Amino acid sequence: MKISEKWLRTYVNPAISTNELVSQLTMAGLEVDSVEPAAAQFSGVVIGEVLSLEQHPDADRLRVCQVNVGSGEPLQIVCGASNVRAGLKIPAALIGAVLPGDFKIKKSKLRGVESFGMLCSEKELGLADDAQGLMELSENAPVGVDIREYLSLDDFIIEVDLTPNRADCLSIEGIAREVAVLNKLDFKTSDTQMVTPSHSDVLAITIEATDACPRYLGRLIKNTNPKAETPLWMQERLRRAGLRSVSAIVDVTNYVLIELGQPLHAFDAEKLTGGINVRLSQADESIALLNGQTIKLDNEALVIADSKAALALAGVMGGSESAVTDDTHNIFLECAFFAPQSIAGKARKFGLHTDSSHRFERGVDFTLQKRAIERATQLILEIAGGNAGPITEATSESSLPTRNDVEVRRKRIEKILGVTIADDLIIDIFQRLGFNVKPSSEGWLITPPGFRFDIAIEADLIEELARIYGYNSLPSSNLLMRSELGLAPEATMELDRAKDLLVDKGYQEAITYSFVDEEIQSVIAPNDKVVRLQNPISSELSVMRTTLWSGLLKAALHNTNRQQTRVRLFESGLRFLEKDGITLQQKMLSGIALGTVAPEQWGETSRKLDFFDIKSDIHSLFDLSGTEITYLKGFHDALHPGQTAEILTKDGLHIGWLGMLHPTLEKNLGFDSKVFLFELDQNLLLSKRIPTFKPLSKFPSVRRDLALIVEENISAKQILDCIETAKESTLQDVRIFDIYRGKGIEDGYKSVALAIFLQNESQTLTDSETDSILAKLLNTLSDNIGAKLRD
Amino acid sequence: MSAISEEILAQAIKDLAQSEDLSQLDQVRIQYLGKKGLFTQQLKDLSNLDPEQRRAAGQIINQAKDTFLEQLDAQKIMLEHAHIAKRLATESIDVTLPGRGQAVGGLHPITTTLRRISKIFASVGFEVVEGPEIEDDYHNFEALNIPAHHPARAMHDTFYFDASTVLRTHTSPVQIRVMESQTPPLKVIAPGRVYRCDSDITHTPMFHQVEGFLVDTDVSFADLKGVVYEFLRAFFEKDIQVRFRPSYFPFTEPSAEVDIECVICGGEGCRVCSQTGWLEVMGCGMIHPEVFKSVNIDGEQYSGFAFGMGVERLAMLRYGINDLRLFFENDLKFLQQFTHKNG
Repeated sequence: MKISEKWLRTYVNPAISTNELVSQLTMAGLEVDSVEPAAAQFSGVVIGEVLSLEQHPDADRLRVCQVNVGSGEPLQIVCGASNVRAGLKIPAALIGAVLPGDFKIKKSKLRGVESFGMLCSEKELGLADDAQGLMELSENAPVGVDIREYLSLDDFIIEVDLTPNRADCLSIEGIAREVAVLNKLDFKTSDTQMVTPSHSDVLAITIEATDACPRYLGRLIKNTNPKAETPLWMQERLRRAGLRSVSAIVDVTNYVLIELGQPLHAFDAEKLTGGINVRLSQADESIALLNGQTIKLDNEALVIADSKAALALAGVMGGSESAVTDDTHNIFLECAFFAPQSIAGKARKFGLHTDSSHRFERGVDFTLQKRAIERATQLILEIAGGNAGPITEATSESSLPTRNDVEVRRKRIEKILGVTIADDLIIDIFQRLGFNVKPSSEGWLITPPGFRFDIAIEADLIEELARIYGYNSLPSSNLLMRSELGLAPEATMELDRAKDLLVDKGYQEAITYSFVDEEIQSVIAPNDKVVRLQNPISSELSVMRTTLWSGLLKAALHNTNRQQTRVRLFESGLRFLEKDGITLQQKMLSGIALGTVAPEQWGETSRKLDFFDIKSDIHSLFDLSGTEITYLKGFHDALHPGQTAEILTKDGLHIGWLGMLHPTLEKNLGFDSKVFLFELDQNLLLSKRIPTFKPLSKFPSVRRDLALIVEENISAKQILDCIETAKESTLQDVRIFDIYRGKGIEDGYKSVALAIFLQNESQTLTDSETDSILAKLLNTLSDNIGAKLRD
Repeated sequence: MSAISEEILAQAIKDLAQSEDLSQLDQVRIQYLGKKGLFTQQLKDLSNLDPEQRRAAGQIINQAKDTFLEQLDAQKIMLEHAHIAKRLATESIDVTLPGRGQAVGGLHPITTTLRRISKIFASVGFEVVEGPEIEDDYHNFEALNIPAHHPARAMHDTFYFDASTVLRTHTSPVQIRVMESQTPPLKVIAPGRVYRCDSDITHTPMFHQVEGFLVDTDVSFADLKGVVYEFLRAFFEKDIQVRFRPSYFPFTEPSAEVDIECVICGGEGCRVCSQTGWLEVMGCGMIHPEVFKSVNIDGEQYSGFAFGMGVERLAMLRYGINDLRLFFENDLKFLQQFTHKNG
């Protein structure tokens, strides 16, 4: 909400600077967003009166005016505005004046005629973005007075960003009340006199929906002048509140809205049929609104209707058919209290947000309507004339909000705020806030006023107390809490450790969006059932990722498109998958790598990454956790069918995938080198083996190398598994140290070199024992997988 | 006899002098002193002499042998020195050439920031808890005292899956989940991704928050202030000015926004702090009685505070990053700035 500082200071005027005032508001919870001067800097402009004018001898559009500027002889000023006329009062910039934009006014000649100043428009004074002609001042504007003084332009516009609980501050009066409390001053409310009716015509008011509209006041004002001009002071105050002047009647309702926080609406009385009915809408009704939008109503919108049709969406916006126009002489002025819960959400449902709905859904003082309608009537009569009729009021007392006593206990204040505040100060703060205070056995019973909708429980009162006492005056304690010993779970590896390992292996951590492009998603994992956003920010971010690869591939491309030839990224985060009607949210650790094994360097030939480089990185993760896993040749839509490994736990649980991006995808996505990917389930990856000690053997171990010839399709895993089945107790380890194909090996076969480590726990193995163990292993290999010893 | 020894010694010394490296020297040693060495042989031959002669001849041979050993040692030292001198002369390299092997990668600055935050809180016993990112309306809003149509919902631009399922708009639902399943005392921080349907220069549709809360029998606003002060000073490693401003969150009361003196201009006023000298860094407050009610914790017996902060904001201030969107582009030129390479 924007307000004029000068206007505010007519209610309460503490002896503090603008900066201090602003900081005071911010520190009381009314956060000031900005402070802007009400007008651009300019000087030397006074009120002038055009005494006479004649046509410029050499220019059709220029006139030569004699202007009284209050001192000395009238000045000759050449002017090109179309609305210049004798008797008009206008801002006149004198010689030496400086207009906004550092525009200096000098004595000049226009087409040969001397001009001693300039007559100004609103635009030239920086008061409006555009203007039709000269700024027309009121007939009784005092000639010679500085325009800045006359329009109170040495003012600031303070914009306050109010939290939803502080509806009471959505008006000048509300903010003034707060400033008064903070400075321990009184504030004077705007001066409202009761208007004596000068006719007795009324419109009948019926409220069907009393819960939604507990109070509705209306009055007929006849014979107003539709051409009446809004006075400049009101236009200026509205402008500084961020509102444009529309017409005298609308301006008055807006003015009272800003002044008191009460929305009002004026109907063209001639366009109403029968009385007013405040009711819920019917399902097939529609209203053409003031903003040009026509909305279809359901059966739960609150409307103001006459006997024929719905006229306005209550508390949100009026209708265009019953609106006040420049032919309107007779108006029906409404001022109501709508219950917040009946307005909340209604405007948003129709895509609307108005000053009125903003206030009603947060809560308008339900005791204010009488005063507000009198205030508006008074202003309308002053500005547009007319005759006011009596006020008709329909109020359902039982539906009005109640203000119950809320108890606040001394002990609770101390417990929550950690400080003892003196009784006198507590009472003083609540009273200054306009609350009624009565003592109770443990503290006080507090009754909040009608304008406060945010005080229902003790905590609300403690907050008010803290706010006025000052958050920064409240103590700050050193955290001395009882502390329990922390846990150090060993069966889980910390994710941080796994990340650090990848970092050490040259991977850079990425963070990509959890929602991705459905197109990429569907080529990478066409069979995953995606979770779809109802209101995505764009189609490129419309489904939740079922694999982190969607984001990582995009991130890698971002880099390869920027001359990076070597990319290694990993990411940790959730993937989202629809399975059997349930949305799974699974923590994954995934990565992507392309380019050379190591950064380009001297003294080593560079080599492109292959599957086994990445496998070694991944395997290090499992070595860290001690998790036993197996790799199986697998199939994944995104991966090269010949270079895909599925990773399983010892118990056969699926941990994840490792492989080369499918060449088709590699091409279609726009990569120009091989891309390797991995994705691991964090829960399984990070489950850790707690080590158990095995006694060390005192006897030496023996290494024997075997070169086996096996068929090409026998996998390394098959060989190792086969050796395992021999259940040889002295077997400590088997390592594959070479694979050979070619000369000396028949086509369709390969030679696999194994290093076999044997050790007996109770004695030294003799050569003959070793030989017989190897013979046994060879037999097993020969029987099960047809392995032969290479000659 | 002695003449032979003299002769052998003369030849031996010549041989020593001619050996060019340690292995040749060792050959010479074996030639003269090994099992079948010339001196060894001479000593063996002594047994053929009568005792008188044996003593005198033995003395001569031993003298020759001692002389040989002296010379051997001297030659050995000389050769060792020569060997080192040669290595020194030939093994000189350009030490300014880079090392070889794998380069180190790096953590994302958000992770680094989260780790620092967690470490600071873990040091006083806060436990790190995570929660789901697809969240139900109840945990994201209702249980946090934000019923449907509450004006505060307008402050959260929510991503929906259906009427009751959302992407969490803050990490506060973790507070509810922990309080539902555990009993006080509780000291928890909950870091993670959060989502708002908003995207421009200063907003990304996904960002990170850390929620923290503490519930015990006697927790006051003063404790909250103390923890927040200490945290901010620890995070920025600076005795920084901090102020608390009243604010409004449906799930805390009293509620506060926390400002720190602008770390860019030191409070003088600059573009980053909109000339105010202050930067908003977190929201906090005392846990609202309605929140306690929704998780069946007795709000009379217990009290607690909660706070929430934007991780990107803290990282930007800490490292001087000027564009939020850089965090999620994953450009290596950005990411690598946060590793040792630039540090």
